[in-house]
Amino acid sequence: MSINIKDVLKKYTMVLALIAILIFFHVMTGGKMLLPQNINNLISQNAYVFVLAAGMLLCILTGGNIDLACGSVVCFVGGIGAVMMDKDIHWIFAVIVMLIGGILVGAWQGFWIAYVKVPPFIATLAGMYAFRGLSNVVLEGYAVGIDDVTFLNVFGGGADCYVPDLFGGGSLNITCVLAGLILVAIYAALVFKKRADAKKAGYSVGPLSSDMVRLVVIATAVIWFFFKLAQYKGIPTSLIWVGVVLLVYAYITANTTMGRYLYAVGGNEKATNLSGIDSRKVYFFAYVNMGLMSGLAGILTVARATQAQPTFGQGYEMDAIAACFIGGASAYGGEGNVFGIVIGALLMGVINMGMSIMGVEANYQKVVKGIVVLAAIIFDVLSNKKKK
Amino acid sequence: MAEYYLELKGVSKSFPGVKALDDVSLSVRPGTVHALMGENGAGKSTLMKCLFGIYKMDEGEIFIEGKKVIINNPDEAMKLGVAMVHQELQPVLPRSVAENMYLGRFPTKKIGPLQVIDHKKMNEDTVYWMKEVGMDFNPKTPLSDLSIGQMQTIEIAKAVSHDAKVIIFDEPTSSLSDKEVEVLFKVMNGLRDKGVAMIYISHKMDEIKRIADDITIMRDGTYVGTWPAADLSTDDIITRMVGRELTNIYPPHPDVPGEVVLECKNITSINEHSFKDCSFKVRKGEIVGFGGLVGAQRTELMEAIFGIRNIKSGEIYVNGKKVDNKNPRKAMNAGLGLITEDRRGNGILGCLSVKDNVGVSIYDKNLKMGIVLDHPSINKIVDASIEQLAIKTPNMSTQIGSLSGGNQQKVIIARWLANNPDILVMDEPTRGIDVGAKHEIYEIMARLAKEGKAIIMISSEMPELLGMSDRIYVMCNGYVRGEISDPQEITQEKVMQYATMF
Repeated sequence: MSINIKDVLKKYTMVLALIAILIFFHVMTGGKMLLPQNINNLISQNAYVFVLAAGMLLCILTGGNIDLACGSVVCFVGGIGAVMMDKDIHWIFAVIVMLIGGILVGAWQGFWIAYVKVPPFIATLAGMYAFRGLSNVVLEGYAVGIDDVTFLNVFGGGADCYVPDLFGGGSLNITCVLAGLILVAIYAALVFKKRADAKKAGYSVGPLSSDMVRLVVIATAVIWFFFKLAQYKGIPTSLIWVGVVLLVYAYITANTTMGRYLYAVGGNEKATNLSGIDSRKVYFFAYVNMGLMSGLAGILTVARATQAQPTFGQGYEMDAIAACFIGGASAYGGEGNVFGIVIGALLMGVINMGMSIMGVEANYQKVVKGIVVLAAIIFDVLSNKKKK
Repeated sequence: MAEYYLELKGVSKSFPGVKALDDVSLSVRPGTVHALMGENGAGKSTLMKCLFGIYKMDEGEIFIEGKKVIINNPDEAMKLGVAMVHQELQPVLPRSVAENMYLGRFPTKKIGPLQVIDHKKMNEDTVYWMKEVGMDFNPKTPLSDLSIGQMQTIEIAKAVSHDAKVIIFDEPTSSLSDKEVEVLFKVMNGLRDKGVAMIYISHKMDEIKRIADDITIMRDGTYVGTWPAADLSTDDIITRMVGRELTNIYPPHPDVPGEVVLECKNITSINEHSFKDCSFKVRKGEIVGFGGLVGAQRTELMEAIFGIRNIKSGEIYVNGKKVDNKNPRKAMNAGLGLITEDRRGNGILGCLSVKDNVGVSIYDKNLKMGIVLDHPSINKIVDASIEQLAIKTPNMSTQIGSLSGGNQQKVIIARWLANNPDILVMDEPTRGIDVGAKHEIYEIMARLAKEGKAIIMISSEMPELLGMSDRIYVMCNGYVRGEISDPQEITQEKVMQYATMF
């Protein structure tokens, strides 16, 4: 059984694009792009994109619906937390309030969208204005600093927001390298277990060679990535949050009823309703979840900046939406997955960072980002057209 | 002047897999109403669409006043004086009467270098043409304020304003009240006096007898004949419409009905134009056909039983217990399943896999620890149904959109069978499916009946209805007009008779 090169190319277009762009910037920046510190920054700078994109993906799956408000919600929730900690309230309590705040905002928007049928674009546009305004109210127009070191360390801010090296390995962070190896081992074990289970149940399994190739590629990338991190300061704590969120959502979308209902509603809402599923609950879930992710992104954002400002979070919603669409989520719903948004977010992050290192002016950076988003969607539309 | 204002000669039209029209002719005299009759799918609408330039005919010629013309699109048709009043009106509801009449051809005037819409002229002209058809509306009224009948007269006025010499009416009275029908007929009589040739498609025998001068009958895409309306009785028309040989491609199934599993008593829709006072029973192991013309409200009735539409009054009993199906979930729990007629619109989840398409209705019943999908057990169910229904798919993760229509339909059947319903409603189960796959669907239906499921089949295809049903209810205009339970009496004529009892 041979592997169809064309299918592989099509399936992994964005992965290949990401690699091509990495190589491009590696060459153009004279090797600076792939320095350990930059790889490290790539994650911590873009942690909010991964988190928001995970929330946004669920909304987009229901039929290309987006949440324009999440940038403002990030600021609003972050502002609340910063003010609380500024008043010497314990950071754990502040975190809980921020997450619940995010959920409440999501429920507010989800109610209008799911049960009153306000178009998501409008409902969240209203939220975008309202929560931006409320952020200003909460912060009274000023920046509020955060000096709770534990909070900062846990959520990826300040100088020491790295998982400490348990083995004291000097210039190479051994804990980090080990973490990478363990992840690869778990992944490999899962791949083989899946094959064994499928065989036991009597299903035909794909050729071992294709699974092996994929395994080797992924293992190499993961080990390379953790090795780079280890050469700098190790695992940034924000990576743990990002990793947990991505794994949880990859699992939810594939293995829970709500996850599959998101796809079903996006695939054909009427048919889904006829199958006895209340699509309103599905929309509501998507937006409540978006609120929760906005809350977490708010925490990560204020931690990284060690303060909250009324202008924080502007354009975050667009970064998240772009990551989803570049990552292959369909603008009509029903298609897209967490792996895709990881690639999408990384691609945007790499382009940003590469251009910054090259010294491209910020305004032109935006032009390039715009073109990349458009190109990704054109690709999606055209490849769907061919299918019909 | 030629005897016939409009002539269609030898028109043929094929769609992939079907010959919709085969050598059909139609000749319409000026100043007459020419009724075009035939069952669902006889090719009436297709013929009119060929005339109007919506479809391109494969063969055939059109003559207007004896001169051969070629019509490529509706615009050219209108320029030649052919207008159509569509069955389903497509008005721009929020805009005014005048704007709807002149849509796409607004009168303009010049202000300096600019061409702008001349609202004054448009409104005045609208009033003029409305008077021509005996109507009197304020041209600035938004269309949404009018009744459907009034909107139709605006369509007619639009046709007249085009100076149309041929006007096609495609089932114009299907949504009109009796009073509105009278108004329409008055307008039509006026047009007849002006020498306009009208083609009138309708199933309502009494209307045909009143308004038509000539009748052309079609059957299965072929031309049966043309007669003066006065020469044909209602029975003559029905006989000519249905007179086809039945070939038996339907699998036999023993008709040993068990106890009643579904009983509906006098159910009436909250929508006054929908179904009324419908009562029927379905037994275990029985295939019950629902016949009738398109628009008889059969689909609406079934959707109401399934909890998608609201019922004003009446009772539904499943297995002797009264049920209140407020939503599909409740109906499913009561033991019902519904396979809809519009497979693309509300059947398949087009961009998802076969597995998702089957599994969507059973995911919540196959969980580990109450939240995580039990993939092995779901896979087992999906695999079993792929095998049982002989679904041709590379594997269960194939996108359903890439399968053939017949296989998509089987996947939808699998979705419902996974729920193990007692009663399965199948709305036009073989629409848009090729002959081979149709036969497979019939065999599945026969097998399900044998296994003790009760099947309700809505079908607009007469041979299918007669061939598959153990018993037939025929609906017309929202009412159940008749029940045919004696196998000897299940005939085309009988069904047609009930189906046209308006």
